[in-house]
Amino acid sequence: MKAFLSLSRALMVSNFRDRTWLFFTVLFPLMFLLLFGVLFKGGTAAHSTVLQVGPVRVLDSMTPAERAQLGRSLTVKRDDDLADALRRVRDGTDDGALQQSGSGQLLLHFSAGDQTRAATVQALVNAVVQQANQNATGRPPAWSLTTAQVEDRSTKPIQYLTPGLLGWAIATSGTFSAALTLVAWRRKRILRRLRLAPVGLAGVIAAPTAVTLLVALVQTAVFLAVATLPYYGLRLTGDWWLAVPLVLSGSLCFMSIGLLAGSFAKTENAAQSAAQLIVLPMAFLSGAFFPLDFAPGWVRGIAQVMPLHHLATAMQDVLSRGKGVDAALPTIGGLLAVAVVLCAVSLRLFRWDDA
Amino acid sequence: MTGDDNAAITADGLRKRYGAVQAVDGVSLSVRRGEFFGLLGPNGAGKTTTLEILEGLREPDEGTATLLGERPWPRNPRLLPRIGVQLQASAFFERLTAREQLATFASLYGVGLRRAEEMLARVGLTEFAGTQAEKLSGGQAQRLSIACALVHEPELVFLDEPTTGLDPQARRNLWDLLREINADGRTVVLTTHYLDEAEILCDRVAVMDHGRLLRTGAPAALIRELDAPTRISVPSGALSADEARTRLGKAVEVADDGVSLVLATRSPAPVLALLGERGALHGLEVRGGTLEDVFLHLTGRAFRE
Ligand SMILES: Nc1ncnc2c1ncn2[C@@H]1O[C@H](COP(=O)(O)OP(=O)(O)OP(=O)(O)O)[C@@H](O)[C@H]1O
Ligand SMILES: [Mg+2]
Repeated sequence: MKAFLSLSRALMVSNFRDRTWLFFTVLFPLMFLLLFGVLFKGGTAAHSTVLQVGPVRVLDSMTPAERAQLGRSLTVKRDDDLADALRRVRDGTDDGALQQSGSGQLLLHFSAGDQTRAATVQALVNAVVQQANQNATGRPPAWSLTTAQVEDRSTKPIQYLTPGLLGWAIATSGTFSAALTLVAWRRKRILRRLRLAPVGLAGVIAAPTAVTLLVALVQTAVFLAVATLPYYGLRLTGDWWLAVPLVLSGSLCFMSIGLLAGSFAKTENAAQSAAQLIVLPMAFLSGAFFPLDFAPGWVRGIAQVMPLHHLATAMQDVLSRGKGVDAALPTIGGLLAVAVVLCAVSLRLFRWDDA
Repeated sequence: MTGDDNAAITADGLRKRYGAVQAVDGVSLSVRRGEFFGLLGPNGAGKTTTLEILEGLREPDEGTATLLGERPWPRNPRLLPRIGVQLQASAFFERLTAREQLATFASLYGVGLRRAEEMLARVGLTEFAGTQAEKLSGGQAQRLSIACALVHEPELVFLDEPTTGLDPQARRNLWDLLREINADGRTVVLTTHYLDEAEILCDRVAVMDHGRLLRTGAPAALIRELDAPTRISVPSGALSADEARTRLGKAVEVADDGVSLVLATRSPAPVLALLGERGALHGLEVRGGTLEDVFLHLTGRAFRE
């Protein structure tokens, strides 16, 4: 125990004096959060702008109340120069240009450059036309639809960015620290020297583990503190404390991956590349940076076997979807199981010495 | 358990091969408790490999080693706190200061901080306690590495070339330290390339080459056994080489390099008498055989070639 404590302290001091380490484990992921948070801030609602070219009855005849209602999802601007309007649609400044071509004929120009925007503007204009048709019959509609979003009405990108990026930060520092510490210790002959000291293999591995868990907790605290700033506006829901056991088990899982990479790598550079090769693709394929809702089926299939995907999803559940223990427990169990298996394999492959 | 209770180390028929290199080729030795034992040999003789087998860092291909009644291989936790090892290549935690390194090793062995501080002073590093290990000079790092080996007061100490890179002052201080710990009854095994050091410190030495022990014994006994000629030298000019040859006959080997006249002989009395008769005793130097002669004789080559 004493040996474990002194090794952990030595490692901690040694890490904290390493500027590169500080930068990559603490500042770098945080920078991502700050940056993505700003980039995606408030960019959620599907909002379109349409240029009205010449008189268009369905628009011109709207009551102010109807206009206000429409304004939430569609902004109508006037541009009577058709050529200019088409140019603006083509270069993506506006989403569509609407013309009345005959007495009951409307023509909507759109650009296929962005399929989502194209579909959105068509749907919106179509809705306006349907509404006008309905009004023209002078009868109340047989069916009407009201929509209600299931998430907190204030759902912002920060609510999936924080869990995703935090998961990625933990995956990075977990994988790297385990892979690098042992390889560096082996290369610098510290493992060889420790082999001569009365400290068990368990103590030698437990020290970097403890340091990594501590770092993961610090990362979590910093992330949550930043994301809940009013500017970013993350609102923690319900059992958000479950993020702590999730982060710890995730960290253990990624450490075991790094440990395995470290038992094969001969040099620090090799270990670093191996860790990066594991973590970066995993981050993309797991939806840590952006949701996988629109990703092809095979990507979502791969995501299912990525520990980071499960960690990020479970973190979203407890941090922003208001879910509780039953959402977190299976993930915690799975992460720990992976950790146990990979650790057992790495222990079998463990070498004190290069030669 | 092999060997008697009095043996700190017994090794029997150790062999270790690296690919095509037979690094250790049948080494048997025994070191008594409390003995100061030296392992000498040219570069690549197999000294480090032999120590590594004894320390339990390497498994011998053949043969057995016993330390303090315990087997060093496989890693033996009962033995580890009782031995102290300074490896030929130092190993330190990155970015830790000298004091922090030593404190870490001390606490690995369950030794208090005060003892670590004492040890730091003992190797003359108090002044550099706050310096990170990477920034210590070669000799300072070497001293720190020795301090790490000794901090837990082991019964048996292995030092692989401890004085390499030390300045003469530090070297003398280390000799004092090693003599002290040996006087406490601890066993010391060291390798060295300084034959004067081995001659001064060691109770017994083993001369090694090509993985084999060529001879083992007290330095004085090895020197006597060699029966090396006494070398008498005086400044050139007092006596000519030719005259020395005619007056002293075949029993004396004469050489004059223009600076000194060197007369090598196994019966020095007539030589000294002649020099006295000529009044040529000013600047006289008489040197008996040394371990270096033994070494050159045994390994058939100059030590630092
Ligand atoms: N890890 C290794 N792998 C392969 N060969 C090795 C290894 N270690 C040592 N050798 C070889 O074994 C031989 C003995 O090496 P060793 O280090 O034991 O010599 P030494 O007597 O300690 O030399 P020195 O005085 O230079 O320290 C050398 O020929 C060396 O090249
Ligand atoms: Mg050596």
